[in-house]
Amino acid sequence: MKKIKIKVNGKVKTVLNNSKLSDLLNNLNIPIKKVAIELNEEIIDKKRTSNIKLKKDDKIEIVHFIGGG
Amino acid sequence: MKKDKLKIAKKKFNSRLIVGTGKYKSMSECAKAIKLSGTEIVTVAVRRVNISDKNKPLLMDYIDPKKITYLPNTAGCFNSKDALRTLRLAREIGGWKLVKLEVLGDKTNLFPDMIETLKTTEVLAKEGFRVMVYCNDDPLMAKRLENSGADAIMPLAAPIGSGLGILNKINIQIIRKQTKLPLIIDAGLGQASDATIAMELGCDGVLVNTAIAKAKKPFEMALAFKNAVVAGRQSYNSGRIAKTLMGNPSSPTEGII
Repeated sequence: MKKIKIKVNGKVKTVLNNSKLSDLLNNLNIPIKKVAIELNEEIIDKKRTSNIKLKKDDKIEIVHFIGGG
Repeated sequence: MKKDKLKIAKKKFNSRLIVGTGKYKSMSECAKAIKLSGTEIVTVAVRRVNISDKNKPLLMDYIDPKKITYLPNTAGCFNSKDALRTLRLAREIGGWKLVKLEVLGDKTNLFPDMIETLKTTEVLAKEGFRVMVYCNDDPLMAKRLENSGADAIMPLAAPIGSGLGILNKINIQIIRKQTKLPLIIDAGLGQASDATIAMELGCDGVLVNTAIAKAKKPFEMALAFKNAVVAGRQSYNSGRIAKTLMGNPSSPTEGII
């Protein structure tokens, strides 16, 4: 299977071409209820991550709440 | 005595103290200070998840968002675009609509960029957010924010993290006189008495982070701020005496031997 490079939170990651966003989130052990996800600067509906296939150079941001003033 | 609650965007809170969750030594220290402060609202920042350390503790595991209202902020945003992006993401995490907007204009003094702040407030209000806005202590800007759909006006006492206390009491009083919106002093407080002064000026609440988190004894200081806010509110509600130039004896002047 062909591999592609994407960026997750600014870091380069290699994943299988056409793998799903939900697979990536599972692999990274992301607590989905406690995060928000952007794909190429568009917010993703968290219920639909298994419908999204990753493409070369996709930029994913996964954010959560941390301490702040 | 009638229940004197803080009302923000139709929600009611018993505590008038809002506490920031940044700068603590650990999550557990933060959680304990929050508990001792009696606050019902905490500010939180939106940041990237650390994908290389999967076991890093999460704030939500220490402070339950079902029990304490999370107020997502836009700390670190220097323009409208970044602030909007941050708060839209915050809303996505779990439906947070009550947010704290802060658009900074200068990295050294951390003063707000009021033009970007105003623009962003308008957009957020139209998108259904309930916006509590960090601003400077300018009555005219506060009025403009109110007209742009802000849900709370949050002027600084002094630069963020400076601990200088309320530098311009007159401006705060003028803002108090002109607005019915919740008025909350945000940033710059250094010690508990600063919070009392804010409340005595007629503010509806105070937001404190560094003064508690960086105190030598954060737990003691959290308690001190809790009490200071209560004292200041009680004092404000009690109607202080008029100031006079000369003395006025407290004991009767008749019947002196």
